[in-house]
Amino acid sequence: MTATQVDLDRLQRVWDAPPTFRGWLTMVNHKTIGKRFLVTGAAFFVLGGVLALIMRVQLAMPELGLVNPQAYNELFTMHGVTMAFLFIVPVLEGFAIFILPLMVGARDLPFPRLTALGYWVYLLAGVFIFSSVFVGAVPDGGWYAYVPFTGPEFTPGLSMDFWLLGITFLEISAIGAGIEIAALLFKNRAPGMTIARMPIFAWSMLVTSFIIIFAFPTLIVGSILLEVERKIGAPFYNPDLGGNEILWQHLFWWFGHPDVYIWLLPGVGIISMIVPTFTRAPLVGYTWVVASTVVAGVLSFGVWVHHMFTVGLPLLTISFFGGASLVFALPSGVQVFSWIATIWRGGRVRWATPMLFAAGTILVFTFGGISGIMLGVVPFNWQAHDTYFVVAHFHYVLIGGSVLPMFAGAYYWWPKLTGRVLSERLGRWNFWLFIVGLNLTFLPLHVLGFLGMPRRIYTYLDGLGWGPLNLLATVGAFLTAAGVLAFLVNAVVSQRRPPADSDPWGAGTLEWAGPVLPTSYNFASYPVVRSRYPLWDQGSVLADDDLMRRWTDPLAEPLHDEREILITSEIDAEPQTVAILPQQSIWPLNLAVALAVALTGLLADIYWLAGVGLAGSIIVGIVWAWTGHDFEPIEEMVEP
Amino acid sequence: MTVPAVASIPNVLDPRGPAAADIAVLWWVMFALGTAVFVAVTVLLIVSVVRRRTAPVAEDALAGEGFAGGSNVLMAVGGITLPAVVVVGLMAATVVTADRVATVGNPEEALVIDVTGHKFWWDVRYPDHDIRIANEVHIPVGQPVEIRVTSKDVIHSFWIPQLGGKIDMNPGHENTLRLVAHEPGAYRGLCTEYCGVQHARMHFIAVAHEPESFEEWLADHAEPPDQPDEEGAVAGREVFVGAGCAECHTVDGVSPLIDDYPDLTHFAERRTIAAGALDNNRGNLGGWILDPQGLKPGNRMPPANLTGEELQDLLDYLETLR
Repeated sequence: MTATQVDLDRLQRVWDAPPTFRGWLTMVNHKTIGKRFLVTGAAFFVLGGVLALIMRVQLAMPELGLVNPQAYNELFTMHGVTMAFLFIVPVLEGFAIFILPLMVGARDLPFPRLTALGYWVYLLAGVFIFSSVFVGAVPDGGWYAYVPFTGPEFTPGLSMDFWLLGITFLEISAIGAGIEIAALLFKNRAPGMTIARMPIFAWSMLVTSFIIIFAFPTLIVGSILLEVERKIGAPFYNPDLGGNEILWQHLFWWFGHPDVYIWLLPGVGIISMIVPTFTRAPLVGYTWVVASTVVAGVLSFGVWVHHMFTVGLPLLTISFFGGASLVFALPSGVQVFSWIATIWRGGRVRWATPMLFAAGTILVFTFGGISGIMLGVVPFNWQAHDTYFVVAHFHYVLIGGSVLPMFAGAYYWWPKLTGRVLSERLGRWNFWLFIVGLNLTFLPLHVLGFLGMPRRIYTYLDGLGWGPLNLLATVGAFLTAAGVLAFLVNAVVSQRRPPADSDPWGAGTLEWAGPVLPTSYNFASYPVVRSRYPLWDQGSVLADDDLMRRWTDPLAEPLHDEREILITSEIDAEPQTVAILPQQSIWPLNLAVALAVALTGLLADIYWLAGVGLAGSIIVGIVWAWTGHDFEPIEEMVEP
Repeated sequence: MTVPAVASIPNVLDPRGPAAADIAVLWWVMFALGTAVFVAVTVLLIVSVVRRRTAPVAEDALAGEGFAGGSNVLMAVGGITLPAVVVVGLMAATVVTADRVATVGNPEEALVIDVTGHKFWWDVRYPDHDIRIANEVHIPVGQPVEIRVTSKDVIHSFWIPQLGGKIDMNPGHENTLRLVAHEPGAYRGLCTEYCGVQHARMHFIAVAHEPESFEEWLADHAEPPDQPDEEGAVAGREVFVGAGCAECHTVDGVSPLIDDYPDLTHFAERRTIAAGALDNNRGNLGGWILDPQGLKPGNRMPPANLTGEELQDLLDYLETLR
C-alpha cells in the first residue's frame, strides 16, 4: 500500500459528507444517490404492482364491479406510467450510478451535482405525477397517450397536463444520467482499462446512454407540442384544424421503441456480469456481445413503426419495418448463445440466488423474444395487435429482460450496497414464487389474445370463454406479488447477518476490489487494469510500474484538499490529467424545486408562479455555474 | 350481463374467411418454429449445466482475452446463421401472406361498406344501397367487402377476428380493409383501440348471409318499416317523438337523418343493444331505456323519464321497426 493511514484520513475528510441533515440534502456522491434511486424506484415498483393487483382482481371473473370503468382506465394508465417511467429506468440508472464508478475504477461520476439533480428531479416528478390523485384528475389516456383522446377536446381538465408536464420534467433526470454515464465511461476508466476490457454492463450502459440522449428528446418535443395544443389551441395534432393525429404516434414510438432497449440492454448487461462469476469463466464471445449490443442500440431506432402496423400506413412501408424488427433475432441470438456457451465452458455452476435469476432471465427473455419475432410478422400482427397476446409478450420481455436481472443484480451487488449478503433461503422463495407466478400470470394471456380479448378493457362479457384463463392469471399475479414480498422481507432480515467478505462471490471485476462497503472515495490508490477480469488475472490491481505510480501516488495523497479524480483517454484509458470534482451542494435540490414550482404554475394556469419558478431556475443555474468545479482539470498536473 | 348468444367466440384460430385462415396457418407454422427454438435453448442450457466436467477450468480460460477461437464459430453459427435463416424465411412468409391478406378477393366485385367509429358504437352505411344501420355489419358469403373506416371522435379500431386483421379508424383519414367470409354465421367484432370509458363495451356483430338471403336483407333494409296500426305501438310512436328519443335517433319516415347517433330504422332486426352489450329483447330494452348509465356508464344516452305505460307503448313501437 502506498497510501498511509494519515492519507486515508485526509481522503476521507475531503470525500465524506458531513453527518448532518444539511449534509444529507447536499449529498452528491454516486453511491448515496444510486441507493436513493434504487430505494425510490423499488417503492414505485411496489406501488405499480399494487395497481396491477387491483386490475387483476377486477378481471378475475366476468362483469366484476370492484372498480368503476373510469377508475380502471386510470389504473392501467398509472400502472404503465409508474412501471415504464418511474420504476424501470430509474432503478436501472440506480444500479448504473451506484456500481459503474466502482466497476471501472473511478472515484465518482464526472458531474456529481448533475447526479444529485437527477435524483431530486426524479423524486419531485414522481410526486408531481401522483399528486394528480389528490386533485381528482388522474391521467386515463394510457401510458402512450394517443391523441386526439388526450387532446383538449376529449380530455379537458388537468389529468393529461399532469402526464405531459410530469413526464417532461422526469426526462431531465434520464437525459442527465445518460450524459453523465457516457462521460464516465469514456473519460474516467481506471488506467489500463482499454475499451476492449470494459465490463459488459458498462458497455450496455454506454449504448443505453446514447439511446437515452437521442430518444428522449423526441418525447419531450411531442409532449411540449401537445401541451401547447392543450393550453392555447395550436393544432399540431387536431385533424379538423389541419394537424395530424398520426404525428403523435410517430413521435411517441420514435422515443418508445428505443425506450424498450433502454429497459432491456442494462438488464442483459447485468446477467453478462453474473454468469461469468457463478461459472468461474470469462464471458464467451465478449466482442460478439459488444457488437450485438451496439447493433441493437442502433437498430432500436429503426423499428418504431411496428407499433403502428394497423394504423393504415402503406404495406410496403410496414413490411420494411417488419423486416427490421425480425433482424433483432440476430443480436438476441448472439446474447443468449454467449450466456449458454459461458456456462458450458465454465466450471460447475454455483446456484446462488443471482445465478438462479440469471438462468430465469435466459429462458423468460428467450420466450418473450420468440413471441416478439412473431409480432414482427406483419399479417400476424394485424390479428394480435392490441390484444392480450401483446400484453403477454411485452411482460415476458420486460420481466425477463429488466425485472429478473434487477433481482439478480440486487442479490449480486447487495454486499456492495449494504455490507451484507442476502439470505439464500429467502432468495430461493423469492425466485420460485416470482418465476412460477409470472408464468402463471402471463402464459394464459397469450391464449386470451387469440380468443379476441382486447387490451385496456375494464371487464368482459360472460360466456366469451375468457373467464377461467383470467382467473388463472389473477392467481399468478398474487404468487408474483408474494415473490416480491419475499424479497422485501429478505432485505429487512438480512441486515442482521454478519458482514460479508470483500468479494463474497469470487467475482473478477473491479467493483469487488476494495472493502465490501466502499469508502466515500472508492479507491485510495487508483487501480491499474490489465485484463477484463483483473481480480482473477492480476495478483494486484495496484500500480506496478514507476510511470503509473507517478499518477496514482499523488492522487492517494490529495494536495489541494479537493476531490481529485483521474482523467484517462477514451480508447486506451491512458492517464491524461487530474480533475477536481465539486463538494457537497444544495443547488441541485434548489434547481429541482424551482423547476417543480415553474411546472406547477404552468399546470394550474398560475403564470406568475411559473414565471417565479423559471426565474428561480435561471438564478440557481447561474449560482451553480459560479460555485464549485465540475470536472475541472488541474493545470499544473497535466504532465507528471 | 351474459354474452348475447347471437355470435360466436371471436377466436382468431377458428377462421371463417380466407384472410383469417391464412394468418392462422402462419401462426401454427410460427408456433412450431418458436417451440423448436425454445426447446432447443432450454435443452442446451440444461446440458451445459449438467454436463460432466472432466477437469477444473483451465488457466487459459480465465485469462480474460485469450479465449476466442471456438467461440467465434459458435457465435457465427448459433447467434447469427441460424436466426438469419429463420428470419429470411419469416420475411418471405410476411411478404407473401401480407399481400394475400391485404388483397383478398377481387376488388371489382367488392361491396363497399362505410363504418364510422363513435364513442362507443358503430355507424354502418351501404353507400350503393342507401342503407344505414348501427352496430351490425351484414355481408354476403363469398363476395369480397371493402370496409372504409373512419372516426367521428377519437381513434377506434375495427376488428372481426374470425374474418381477418384489424384496421384503425382515424378521425380525418379513411382506411380500407378488405374481407371475405366463406361461411354464413354471426361473428363478433370488437373495438381494439382504447377509446375511453366504455371501450370494453364497444362490440358489433358481423353477419354473413348466403347470397340470396343477403339480397333479401338489402331489399328489406332499403325501405322504411311499415307504420304501426296497433294501438299501443301508435301511442309508442308518440312517446318516441315526444319524449325526446327522436331528437337523436333516426327512424326513416318518423325522425330526420341525424348523423352522430345510432339509426334505429330497423332496430327490431338487431341482435343486440348498446353495441353488443345486451341481447335485444323486451326486458333488456326496457332496462336500457330507463337506465342506460347504469348498464353502460359513460355512454351518451340519457335516462328516459317514462311512466310504465309510456315505456310499454314505446317498446311496442320499437318492436315494429322491422
